[in-house]
Amino acid sequence: MNFKRQLKEGLITQNPVLVQLLGMCSTMAITTSIANGIGMGISVLIILTLSNIFISLLRKIIPNEVRIACYIVVIAGFVTIVDLCLQAFVPAIAKSLGVFIPLIVVNCIILGRAEAFANKNTVAAAAVDGICQGIGYTIVLVIMCAFRELLGNGTLAGIQIMPASYTPALMLVLPVGGFLCLGTLIAVMQWALAKSEKKAADKKEKEGNE
Amino acid sequence: MSVTTLLAISLGAILTNNFIFAQFLGICPFLGVSKKSDTAIGMGLAVTFVMGLASAFTYGVNIILVKFGLEYMQTVAFILVIAGLVQFIEMFLKKSIPTLYTALGIYLPLITTNCAVLGVALLNVQNGYGFIESVVYGLTGGLGFLLAIYLFSTVRERVQFADYPKAFEGFPIALITAGLMALAFMGFSGLQVWPM
Repeated sequence: MNFKRQLKEGLITQNPVLVQLLGMCSTMAITTSIANGIGMGISVLIILTLSNIFISLLRKIIPNEVRIACYIVVIAGFVTIVDLCLQAFVPAIAKSLGVFIPLIVVNCIILGRAEAFANKNTVAAAAVDGICQGIGYTIVLVIMCAFRELLGNGTLAGIQIMPASYTPALMLVLPVGGFLCLGTLIAVMQWALAKSEKKAADKKEKEGNE
Repeated sequence: MSVTTLLAISLGAILTNNFIFAQFLGICPFLGVSKKSDTAIGMGLAVTFVMGLASAFTYGVNIILVKFGLEYMQTVAFILVIAGLVQFIEMFLKKSIPTLYTALGIYLPLITTNCAVLGVALLNVQNGYGFIESVVYGLTGGLGFLLAIYLFSTVRERVQFADYPKAFEGFPIALITAGLMALAFMGFSGLQVWPM
């Protein structure tokens, strides 16, 4: 089981948001407070894992021509379950995430992983993939939330962090901040990946010379 | 329901509460299909068309769901209706209006997973809109999308030749551009149809 490799892919080299560029809408829309980010991240993690498992189980039964429609029905079922659970147990978070919970149905991450991974791999591998990609997504959400909430509101998870004299940069919690933060974050990721690739290439060249 | 309400809904959907810049719905096609302005217009028109029709159809579906006490099946029912609708539109256009089909053809399948379409259906229910209000909201929301994606594509064509750090190549610079445009669209906030 190459759990480690899959985890690394989910977190860094194949991060769903920063590298595969999937699921942008929710990433930018709901990352205004840490509670939102964690709630959304965990919801997606659960739905992604369950739908990966199911689609992997059904991969030999689903006819190829109507596979996308079948995936959407499976995903929509799980989204409805999670939506109802959130409304029942954490109504405050369900309310602040609003329309973005049902919209997980059309979140490209879930359909993308179903198409790219779950329908070609075994159930165990698909489950691990769901968990790893879900964690990767959640971490990006939490980083963006922390940044936007701290600078835009002066708080972190609702607790006042910045001194009272700090004037919150309101722009960051507005839609503008979502675009700018995600743009910068992806740029940092591209820079880091390019750097580590260059390092690897240099190392190879050196070994070749010796 | 008066003309003023409809005007207020349209104004909100196109400018003050733009689907892209204020509500973050439909970002994937917005970023994906905006490299050239003519493809952007094609995508925008296709989205407007489907959003209007989807609003009308999901209004009917919602009435049926409410009648049988099945509101919790909303998400599943709506996405199926939208997927079926898109497929149907594609077949219909191919048969009867081939010119429009060739213009919109490649964008239509993409629209099924456009969150603006499912979003507008869910928002119509959430806001308690009637039939006409729903259709107007769907159509004008689509027009707002068209406006946003067209403006964005024209800016993006120019940004290609700009000088920016290499790490920002591709998506990051597009996102920053979109962010600045969202800032510009914030200027519309507070705009109202008088008398409210």
